[in-house]
Amino acid sequence: MSGLREKALADMSDLTARYPAIMRPSLLSRLPIILAVTLTLVTLVAGFATLDVSWQRVWNGFSELGRIATLMLPPEYGTTSRLMLWGHALLETLAIAFLGTLMAAIIAFPIGFLVARNVMPSWIFRFTLRRGLDGLRGVDTLIWALIWINVVGLGPFAGVLAIMISDVGAFGKLFSEAIETVDDKPGEGVVSAGGSPLHRVRFGLIPQVLPVLLSQVLYYFESNTRSATIIGIVGAGGIGLHLAEAIRTLEWQQVSFIVLMILVTVAIIDFVSAQVRFAIIGEQSTDGKAQVGQATVGRP
Amino acid sequence: MVRVMFCYLGDPPVSSATISLPQAQLEPLLRAYSNAQAAKRRAVYLGLAVLFVCVAASALTAEVDLAKFWTNIGRFTSYLGRLMFLESGLPVWTDIYGSKSSWYWGFWKWLYKIGETLIIAYLGTLVGGIGAFLLCFLSARNLVQNRYILFAARRFLEFCRTVPELVFALTFVVAFGLGPLPGVLALAIHTLGALGKQFAEVVENIDMKPVDGVTATGATWTEAVRFAALPQVLSNFASYGLMRFEINVRGAAIMGFVGAGGIGQDLLEAIRKFYYSDVSAMLLMIIVTVTLIDLTTDRVRQMLIGTRGSS
Repeated sequence: MSGLREKALADMSDLTARYPAIMRPSLLSRLPIILAVTLTLVTLVAGFATLDVSWQRVWNGFSELGRIATLMLPPEYGTTSRLMLWGHALLETLAIAFLGTLMAAIIAFPIGFLVARNVMPSWIFRFTLRRGLDGLRGVDTLIWALIWINVVGLGPFAGVLAIMISDVGAFGKLFSEAIETVDDKPGEGVVSAGGSPLHRVRFGLIPQVLPVLLSQVLYYFESNTRSATIIGIVGAGGIGLHLAEAIRTLEWQQVSFIVLMILVTVAIIDFVSAQVRFAIIGEQSTDGKAQVGQATVGRP
Repeated sequence: MVRVMFCYLGDPPVSSATISLPQAQLEPLLRAYSNAQAAKRRAVYLGLAVLFVCVAASALTAEVDLAKFWTNIGRFTSYLGRLMFLESGLPVWTDIYGSKSSWYWGFWKWLYKIGETLIIAYLGTLVGGIGAFLLCFLSARNLVQNRYILFAARRFLEFCRTVPELVFALTFVVAFGLGPLPGVLALAIHTLGALGKQFAEVVENIDMKPVDGVTATGATWTEAVRFAALPQVLSNFASYGLMRFEINVRGAAIMGFVGAGGIGQDLLEAIRKFYYSDVSAMLLMIIVTVTLIDLTTDRVRQMLIGTRGSS
């Protein structure tokens, strides 16, 4: 191993002469990289300058942040009744994520077929519905939560509805993509045996896509558990309300305790949902994984 | 074929077109089939029962009130309807420009805010991306043998992406004061966690032969990463970075909810004060911006990795 290195080092001048393009790349061939790096740095500095960020403020902020970090230790919950309150809020968070995802999946299931190219031939219909789904997705969950609060009042129900409506947009798109990539031969078989278009969907398409859709739904459940932890910031239920309150009243030890609770819960949900996903997908895991890999795109 | 032969051995040829097994052989097969079907059905029913219990429990916890929902659903549609009208009662599209009670009276102000949102998203992605770039090689199982480094790097990335960005933003607003800076930092930390994981997955999927080759010449770990791993992953990194930028634009749009800069502050105010036409004007601007960004980055990504995008 080192013999090769010694030989190469001894032969350096000869190697340089023989492979000039590799050993001494011209400035011209490096230009794109140099340009890209310079552009990145310039935009970085310019961006911070536009936002009126002074180094003084950054420095002060970080030292303040360090102070806050020391104040967070050790995590503490205070009274037992408060711990119970947080526990309940955390359960509420899970309930919001679960119901929101489930209802979104149920609503988006038929929509997914209606916007899939191989099920719905009319492109005008598909186009309109797709833009509608884009609109639902384009508005953030928190904004939907604010709107739903006007309808059903403060509380977790508004959170459920907010997650539901923004995920209908996401699921509609993902489901239709999964449906468009299926093998059409089973469907053709059903039709050639005298099945109606509805039979084709039921017996030709659904058995193929169901595991993929289920694993996408589970993935979104995991991700929604995270979103549901902050939906309380605007008053739509869950642990977020208590967390925001603790931060605003500068109770840092409580903040770190709540964050720890969230981390543990999310880890548990991730684990359970990964197990269920594995059980559902089973042998089709490679196929499903590729699909889920695409599905994860665009989610935090 | 085998089935047909069995038939001919057992029974005299039947006159009907379908050929079937003799009853004695058919019976156990049918029984096994119906048993298998019943077991499958039982599993489905059990799953549905568990699901139902979960739904009932969560509905209780989440204070789901269908009666209230039903009686108030009109408010939702009327809210959406009111978004379409100005204070003067005219539909929004009849009075787009102008100074008094017109739809886009604050166009330049909001455009400036959207610009700020984009800068927050860009800087957050860039700073977080640089951090993720540095950390991803440390958390790739195929490049790092030291278990402690791996563990530390992975747990750190996990922490960064699990804590919601708004929580970081709230904390940073306390430390840095109101304004876009806490928004940038919050997005950067979340991006660090999310991109770090995706980058590490890309690194774990590289072809290890170049790494072995470079290491065999006596290169150090950094040199091996630079000359063997990096050239394989750059285009995928760029693609993931662009995707994260898209997500961060959406994230930056709500940073203002906690005072961390961008259009969110104005939007929250308009929603809270029931300035319906302002809400619809800003929402439309946000949706258009997000869509444009999506389309652009999608195009660039296709150029980078040469595959069909997802939209």
